[in-house]
Amino acid sequence: MSIDVAGPLLPLVPLIAGLIGLFLPPGDGDATRRRIAAGLGVAGAAFALLLAFRLVLDPAQPSADPANDPWNGGLTVAIFGDLEIRFSTLVDAAAAYVALAVTVVALCVQIYSITYLHDDKRYAPYAAQVSLFTGAMLLVVSSSDLIFMLIGWEVMGACSYLLIGHDRRLPEAPAAAVKAFLVTRIGDIGFLLGIAVLIADANSTYLGTVLAHDYSAGTLTAALLLILAGVAGKSAQFPLHTWLPDAMAGPTPISALIHAATMVAAGVYVVFRLYGLYDQSPVALAVLAVMASITILIGALSATAQDDLKRVLAWSTVSQIGYMTGALAVGSPAAALFHLLTHAAFKALLFLAAGAVIHAVGTNLLSRMGGLRPHMPVTFWSFAIGLGALAGLPPLSGFWSKENVLTAAAHATEGGETAPVWAGWLVWLAALLSVGITAWYATRLFLRAFFGPSRAHGPHGPAWAVGFDDARYEVPDSPHDPPGPMRWPLLLLAIPAALLGLAAFAPGFRTSLELDDPHLGVAVALPMLLLATGAGTAFWLWWAVPGADPALALGRAGPFLAAGFRLDDVQNRLVVRPAEALARLATAGDTRIVDAAVMGTGTGTSRAGDALKEAHRLPLPAAAVAVCAAALLLGAIAWWGA
Amino acid sequence: MYRDYVEPAWSAPQILLIALLVVPALGALLVALLPAARTRLVATAFAAVTFVLSVLPVLARPDEFSWFAYDPGDGPPMLPWIELDLPWVTSLRLEFHLGVDGVSYPLIVLTGLLTLLCCAYTKKKGLAALLLVLEVGVLGTFLALDLILFFLFFEVVLLPMYAVIAGWGGANRRAAARKFVLYTLAGSVLLLLGVLVVVTEAGTGDLVTLTGPSELPLTTQCIAFALLALAFAVKAPLWPLHTWLPDAHTEAPTVGSVILAGVLLKMGTYGLIRVAVGVAPDGAAWASPVLGILATVAIIAGALICLRQTELKRLIAYSSVGHMGFVLLGVATLSVTGIQAALVGNIAHGLITGLLFFLVGAIKDSAGTGSLNQLSGLRETAPRLAGLLGFAAIASLGLPGLAGFWGEAFAVVAAVQRGGPLWLTLAVVAAIGGALTAAYFLRLLRRVTHGPATPEAHTLPPAVTGIQWLAWAPLVLLTLAVGVAPSLVLGDTIQPLITLLGVGVQP
Repeated sequence: MSIDVAGPLLPLVPLIAGLIGLFLPPGDGDATRRRIAAGLGVAGAAFALLLAFRLVLDPAQPSADPANDPWNGGLTVAIFGDLEIRFSTLVDAAAAYVALAVTVVALCVQIYSITYLHDDKRYAPYAAQVSLFTGAMLLVVSSSDLIFMLIGWEVMGACSYLLIGHDRRLPEAPAAAVKAFLVTRIGDIGFLLGIAVLIADANSTYLGTVLAHDYSAGTLTAALLLILAGVAGKSAQFPLHTWLPDAMAGPTPISALIHAATMVAAGVYVVFRLYGLYDQSPVALAVLAVMASITILIGALSATAQDDLKRVLAWSTVSQIGYMTGALAVGSPAAALFHLLTHAAFKALLFLAAGAVIHAVGTNLLSRMGGLRPHMPVTFWSFAIGLGALAGLPPLSGFWSKENVLTAAAHATEGGETAPVWAGWLVWLAALLSVGITAWYATRLFLRAFFGPSRAHGPHGPAWAVGFDDARYEVPDSPHDPPGPMRWPLLLLAIPAALLGLAAFAPGFRTSLELDDPHLGVAVALPMLLLATGAGTAFWLWWAVPGADPALALGRAGPFLAAGFRLDDVQNRLVVRPAEALARLATAGDTRIVDAAVMGTGTGTSRAGDALKEAHRLPLPAAAVAVCAAALLLGAIAWWGA
Repeated sequence: MYRDYVEPAWSAPQILLIALLVVPALGALLVALLPAARTRLVATAFAAVTFVLSVLPVLARPDEFSWFAYDPGDGPPMLPWIELDLPWVTSLRLEFHLGVDGVSYPLIVLTGLLTLLCCAYTKKKGLAALLLVLEVGVLGTFLALDLILFFLFFEVVLLPMYAVIAGWGGANRRAAARKFVLYTLAGSVLLLLGVLVVVTEAGTGDLVTLTGPSELPLTTQCIAFALLALAFAVKAPLWPLHTWLPDAHTEAPTVGSVILAGVLLKMGTYGLIRVAVGVAPDGAAWASPVLGILATVAIIAGALICLRQTELKRLIAYSSVGHMGFVLLGVATLSVTGIQAALVGNIAHGLITGLLFFLVGAIKDSAGTGSLNQLSGLRETAPRLAGLLGFAAIASLGLPGLAGFWGEAFAVVAAVQRGGPLWLTLAVVAAIGGALTAAYFLRLLRRVTHGPATPEAHTLPPAVTGIQWLAWAPLVLLTLAVGVAPSLVLGDTIQPLITLLGVGVQP
């Protein structure tokens, strides 16, 4: 298939599958309708996966000559003034690899969901929304028109809203869905304005033209900083990361989709795609470095104190995306993309395995798990690989990509990059410190869930309050591995989660991502030491006091970290309440001033009319005086006028 | 000049233009005279014929644009796709001059479509007749190429709309209808003054002659633009002249709200583009900062007020203030991009808000309340209705891929293109308004569709009836279609807008 066909089809296939799915009558438990919906979802994702394979094998070569660019074409959708908006795609090697990761995860999620939501009456719209979500992400990945990139970007926001709010029995789900949409939408104010500035100055919406355009330093920095606001929203970077942990109210496969392949990866990818511009702006990169460093640490520290299995993973995503933006900030987009790919593999694996655990024990809370290892070997090994990769244990995938990020940051501390030297130090220190913390919380999660005695019934009997429980399963008597359609995606994802790091040794992969040669020097010793310390401390705490949560060692900091540094309160105080106060003010102003003026004009006119009417009913002597006075007045005017 | 080539003989396009006005008028007469049993069918049939007629001008659309040479700063003359020019009252310089071009065509089709859907939806005889009368006025306004004729059609709409609200409205209908008619009449006085200023100064009321670079002195243009813009700002409505709108919408019957939001408001924005900007471009340039600031205030104020509303129809009504703010911001930039954004925003608002009013009207009619405090859990009791409401709300908050996106995003882009501290600030504030729009629509959805079902929500029928599908499906599909292919609306707008603005940009 020619690339001119495969490129545009890549986002279109899942988008169309999703649209058709939405127009299907909802399933309502009918087996045939469910099969159609499932078939449509799986087929859309599978076809997109094949297209992504084809594009990886033979990607497009971006043209260096803007005047004679073969990719500057496509279907014109609208002409606004002298801006021509075209649907066109440019799938270069990097885009093809990201597309491959997106479609693999999407296919796994679609297959996994068939079983996971097997008795959900609204499965059909769910599957369609997953397809739309995938298609929107692929649009961001492949589009070579900034407006279409924006379209995919925002459609993802809406799909995340619909999917996070999917579960009708969770009181917190609608609020979490609204929060996810609104927080990212606030970032998107910046994204839209940034894109508008880039477009207005270059007078074109085509990516190639925008990248080649010569912006003035001020305009460029302003536009890039605005776009960073959108990136912070979508990729859950400080200070707009607060939606991501709450988004765990969505069904677990959706968490896998959002965290691994779509949504959060989009922000990193957009910076990657626009890196030619970011590389010209030290200010934008310095801001990105600060954002990344804070995010890495906040995410890792908050993950240490969570009792909810999914929330540990959610905060770990925040932290790991920070590694990617950090790598971008210190001038190594290749390292960022590599970490994005390995993270997609191991985080999707972790979330789908977490779904299997939740399915088996009927709760999200680590304090009610324990001793699952003998019952669920497949899930256990999935977690072992996933958490090992997350912590950066050699030779699993995460080790290699994290090593790349650390090397890039260390390199930036020597100067010579666009970003200032202090930014390099900042990212390097945060990333290094976080290696130890990550090892600590990964070990804690692993031990609390799979080892020790089972706490399923707790000291107070089985009547514990149930936490999330988004799968509609009766809790089985003893936990067991999930059925086939949920198990196969785990096995499939375990392969790249374990081995993708070794791809850095494969020349084809390395050159197409422009990665540096893998080299293991003395520099590896320091992170390995920290990793051993973190994991060792967690193990020691767990082993020394049997049955106690290692997070208790955090003492009074525990609840503070568990609440994510109470940034929700800060956000509430600084944004939500002022907006509400303004709304009250505007409404009061509208009724008491604007409308009151209108109504006042009306009643004033009526009163004036009444007064005049009264004046016409004057009794006789006064009326005669009035008539004479009026006659005199008119006479005077006539005389004066003549 | 081009005008010399217009042949006086009657041709098919000219008959079409006349028929667009005569068919609904005849329909209204017939519906009023017939017994009530058959009127729904008759009204729908006449509205359907009018709709088909309203689509037809596309056949006369020029396929290729001849780019003849013209000096920079002097646009080509205005070339309607089809036109009809008859002398009428020569002493008043009034000509019966009708025409269709790329700017008015989408609005004409929208009018035909919404009237058809409303006629099919309503069972009431008098209402159907009035809808057809309204259609005559609205179509006439969009077709008129003569200033005085434009004013006449603009006024035709007023009394039928008053009757629709006062006759079939809610509990406070009389007060709302009176406020509507008095407020808009005050606007009409200004419109008449503005039209007379232009006609006496220029010696003609012909829009084809008047459009483009104007020979009127600057002072006259400023006065004319101020009068016309104020008149259209009442109709659009522009903050702070909007307060008739929430009351009128809240009290009007469902179809009345649909027509009011979907079509009548567009007369204000269309008039602003075609008449005010077209006749007095220099006056527009003089006033554009003020217009831009007021439009942006409207966006923010509309969104903030929506956050506090607890009544469904009132909320949607205030959301119109915000959306029209985006349209007016596009117009205020006085660039081809901005006015194109305004045109597509106009159509999108007509489709989406029309759908929203249909939906909340259906909810209010069967639940007996529109209070956000009493409605909850619609996705449990009426999943289809909740799904459609979700679609319409998400479309209205400007989701890309649906119709609402293009108008809002490109109004911001146009403001950024205009450059300078003022316009950049307006762009930023407008973009923040876009986020606030999302906030109030999500609040609406969270209150109404999510959560446990209330007793009121249980009174809603779980399924959507056939006639409701018939009325709503076209709006859903067109929202999607315009979202994917905005060139449906913008196909032939660049050339007329270049003429209108008198700018020498070559696309």
